[in-house]
Amino acid sequence: MNRNKQIHAPVYEALERLKRRRVVPFDVPGHKRGRGNPELVELLGEKCVSLDVNSMKPLDNLCHPVSVIKEAEELAAEAFRAAHAFFMVGGTTSSVQSMVLSCCKAGDKIILPRNVHKSVINALVLCGAIPVYVNPEVDNKLGISLGMQVAEVEKAIKENPEAVAVLVNNPTYYGICSDLRTIVQVAHAHKMLVLVDEAHGTHLYFGENLPVCAMDAGADMASVSMHKSGGSLTQSSLLLTGKNVNWEYVSQIINLTQTTSASYLLISSLDISRRNLALRGKESFAKVSRMAEYAREEINSIGGFYAYGKDMINGGSIYDFDVTKLSVYTRDIGLAGIEVYDLLRDEYDIQIELGDIANILAYISIGDRIQDIERLVGALADIKRLYAKDPEQMPNAEYIKPTVCVSPQTAFYGEKKSVPIRETEGMICSEFVMCYPPGIPILAPGEMITREIIDYIIYAKEKGCSMQGMQDPAVESLFVLTGKY
Amino acid sequence: MELWFSDYHTEKVKVSVKVQKQLFGLQTEFQRIDVFDSDEFGRFLSADGSIVFSEKDEFIYDEMIVHVPMAVHPHVKNVLVIGGGDGGVARELGYYEEIEKIDVVEPDRVFVEVCKEFFPDNACGLGDKRVSIYYEDGLKFLRLRQNEYDLIINDAIDPLGHNAGLFTKEFYGNCYRALKEDGIMVYQHGSPFYDEDEESCRVMHRKASHSFPISRVYQAHIPTCSSGYWLFGFASKKYHPLEHLDAKRWKERHIKTWYYTTNLHKGAFMLPRYVEDMLEEEEDRKK
Repeated sequence: MNRNKQIHAPVYEALERLKRRRVVPFDVPGHKRGRGNPELVELLGEKCVSLDVNSMKPLDNLCHPVSVIKEAEELAAEAFRAAHAFFMVGGTTSSVQSMVLSCCKAGDKIILPRNVHKSVINALVLCGAIPVYVNPEVDNKLGISLGMQVAEVEKAIKENPEAVAVLVNNPTYYGICSDLRTIVQVAHAHKMLVLVDEAHGTHLYFGENLPVCAMDAGADMASVSMHKSGGSLTQSSLLLTGKNVNWEYVSQIINLTQTTSASYLLISSLDISRRNLALRGKESFAKVSRMAEYAREEINSIGGFYAYGKDMINGGSIYDFDVTKLSVYTRDIGLAGIEVYDLLRDEYDIQIELGDIANILAYISIGDRIQDIERLVGALADIKRLYAKDPEQMPNAEYIKPTVCVSPQTAFYGEKKSVPIRETEGMICSEFVMCYPPGIPILAPGEMITREIIDYIIYAKEKGCSMQGMQDPAVESLFVLTGKY
Repeated sequence: MELWFSDYHTEKVKVSVKVQKQLFGLQTEFQRIDVFDSDEFGRFLSADGSIVFSEKDEFIYDEMIVHVPMAVHPHVKNVLVIGGGDGGVARELGYYEEIEKIDVVEPDRVFVEVCKEFFPDNACGLGDKRVSIYYEDGLKFLRLRQNEYDLIINDAIDPLGHNAGLFTKEFYGNCYRALKEDGIMVYQHGSPFYDEDEESCRVMHRKASHSFPISRVYQAHIPTCSSGYWLFGFASKKYHPLEHLDAKRWKERHIKTWYYTTNLHKGAFMLPRYVEDMLEEEEDRKK
């Protein structure tokens, strides 16, 4: 990486130049540097609204970059050790979908773990590809999905030699990593592409002593949520491609759905964040790792909570662990993760990233200070003192192998009817059911509904998880396919 | 030459003190610390642009936060002072012979050093052989303590700055645990006067009154504090600040004070109607 080049931020610099020229705007956006919308200026600040401008020659165009955006993307590619980098403004969802749409057509098979983000299966609804799920081992105690085991991938490849790609979730929301290098070797040996949902892994490219990142492992494409650990604005993201991918075709795919009015707030935030990461990422993430490790030790010394880390590594389903993630198992004090999550927010004014049935996840980043970590630890100690109960039996968290009866696309667009959830056993679901966060499907379109799944949904709902994806927001009923398939 | 130091009490109200000379200024890991000499307030220290204490009025604060609980609790042996790196609180505590241990927890080492250099009359309190200084985060220190203290004094200021953690539910909860079964905690309660301070005042009382069986508020006039009118919180597991006041015992100690008297002690808990109403509203609120 060339430090002398990385100190530049071409889009940011172009915006600064434009500002100095005091151009009179007779183009969109219609708020005209905020003058037409004083309340917006009051809320966001003059500097912010004055940067909300349209694509124009001095600022390049995200749909077909030829100048400053092209330079900024090249710098990003260099910083992330990729052949090409795309700035994305539709969230990492758009990056993930562009990856899938770039390599799958209708009827193609794609190998993926069940704990994928809903954006992956949404892409399958769009393109008509068929998912082949690999069993991500579930940790029985913690109730979370683990990484993809090489043997399971090999088995799926053997059973589906015609599959076109393997998608890996790495690291997971909870920080669990798969043996990415070996998975890439195995997939490449069978002429399959490797796509990595690296939404939670921006920092892997810059920090030291962290799990391997997708590009270093030889993956073909990776979706990187710059707005998570990278520090850019919400909704901005990167799509990275490796040397064996035709990036011009990927660009065409991106432009099928990408806005033609991309926000310069998002684009410049990607540019500036890339520069920060390239210049100071190593030190920043060393600090984040230290804070997370410190929090883990302190939380574990309270007793009753289990903040897990590298001690989980088992060489297979937990090949490596991302120490910047702070996940805490809460069932031993008799509280579900979601209950602790609610208590932290309502009673202690602390907002954490997620609470599921058995765990909470606190997001530690370059913006954190040690005194805030002390607040979190202090609050957990107080929650144990005031709210701890006898641990109750947790529902079995065994992996429920989905039975894919028809493609997600066929099920999504097929004829359907609404049936009370308790009566849906044995039917084919035509919609998504997921707990949010983390947004991993319990049911996806085209899958068989079983008794176990129905029980799980009802339990999660009772515990206060936000259930999403269904037309019926109360999850009293589900849409199922009618007719024969 | 005219040099004025302005302390913003709200966005639209500032109190300015004519300064003779700036003696010190440094951004530490935690805060910006400045020391000035002035004619009216003598030497004063500011943190992040707000006056923390001045030679002229620190006695009011230090006496009120120490003597009120000490005149109530019948047998104080172990005291924890959170914040209080200037030593003024430790100095007042030093007058009580029955106290065996005074732990002062102050995260900012530079703050203590500055006070030792520029405010020796306060910092002398830290020289008492019963005093131990811990350069640690207050919340962290408390987390490890259980059933250990008779009195906890939260001397930290600014619920919005780096001390935010000392004005939270977890702080009150952790204090409760660190106190013995008849322990008392006193804390700075802020000023109820300006709208923007009122909310934090309310929240503090709500949290304290939900964490402790007895939770009362008392007042003092402190010119350099916001609006000059300052409140303290008295949260207690057993002793009531008025019913258990032992005025005779306290007077027999013959401690020389300039502000505190046992008569003023009783008066300090008699609050203006608007403050009383505000506190009652918070006590009645469901959690």
